[in-house]
Amino acid sequence: MNLQDLGLHFSDASLEGYKFECQIISGDVEVLQVVIEGFEEIPIYISATDTQILCIAYLWTEDEVNPETRAEMMEVMLDMNIPMPLSSFSRIQDRYVVFGSLAINSRMDDVVNEVVTLGENSVEVLTVMTEFLK
Amino acid sequence: MGVLSKIFTAIRGGAREAGEAVVDANAVRIFEQEIVDSKNHIKKAKDSLTTVMAEKMQAARKVDAIKTDIAENENYAIKAMEKGDEALAVQVAEKIANLESQLADSQGIHDTCAAHIEKLKSQIQGAERQISENERQLNMIKTTESVHKATAAISDNFMSSGSKIINAKESLERIKKRQTMREDKLKAAQELNSDDFDTSLQSKLKEAGIMETDSSSANSVLERLRAKK
Repeated sequence: MNLQDLGLHFSDASLEGYKFECQIISGDVEVLQVVIEGFEEIPIYISATDTQILCIAYLWTEDEVNPETRAEMMEVMLDMNIPMPLSSFSRIQDRYVVFGSLAINSRMDDVVNEVVTLGENSVEVLTVMTEFLK
Repeated sequence: MGVLSKIFTAIRGGAREAGEAVVDANAVRIFEQEIVDSKNHIKKAKDSLTTVMAEKMQAARKVDAIKTDIAENENYAIKAMEKGDEALAVQVAEKIANLESQLADSQGIHDTCAAHIEKLKSQIQGAERQISENERQLNMIKTTESVHKATAAISDNFMSSGSKIINAKESLERIKKRQTMREDKLKAAQELNSDDFDTSLQSKLKEAGIMETDSSSANSVLERLRAKK
């Protein structure tokens, strides 16, 4: 999937009244940053490999985690993985994330749906899990 | 060792630092080479398969032809015997014996080909399974690498744009604040609308029977229509 095309699709798209702002970040791996109107603080980052499209939202870093309740936080994440629609918890280096992955041949509208769900999930996760942060 | 266990070992060993390859590039090359090799094997096996299948078909045709030939000659032999021409019957019988030996040869070729085909097919299946397994493993490596590189690109972009990285709590506060503000605006707009149309006053007038309600105005329309008749 071409991320530039996907970015254009997002700019025109409007799902459930959400609007999007996109920007390509170049590097060793090209990344499409999607900012959902209303959730500006939690951009969704999209990258693609040969087989899948990965949508990632960064939640918090290890530094922000309260060490006393860290184990409990991990357990809550594990328990919430399945109930949370379309998204899962993970960690990349020292950052906790929620992510969703789609097959590379998914329709662009499926990606839009994934991104909106991911944005909503992220805000929900932040709301219920700040108690584990410093 | 599978890739997942390599990734597991690398992560436990602290390879989560930025830029550090989780699985060495050599492993990637090995997997890619194995995939290429397996694909070559499949290609060769499929070439052989086509040839052997053609041979098998040829042998089957020959077997059929010989069988027809034998049946025909058996008829001749019977007829010769019926006519009492023993010498001719023996000649035909010799021909039949010769045909039967040819039949055994062709049947042998046919069976060998069939066995060979089975073997080639299972080899192809094996190679295909190997390819998908290697591709799955390669995928794990590539995805891990890609995510790390993407994260690096995002961090670089953040730093170069001079944005201040805010923590999760601050993010949430800002989002919530904006949500509350939007809700307040929405509520205010609704109140404004209801004032515009003076709905509260209207409903009071209707309640008091001073202003006609919707249903009674429908009734009044009907009354008017009846009066016109």
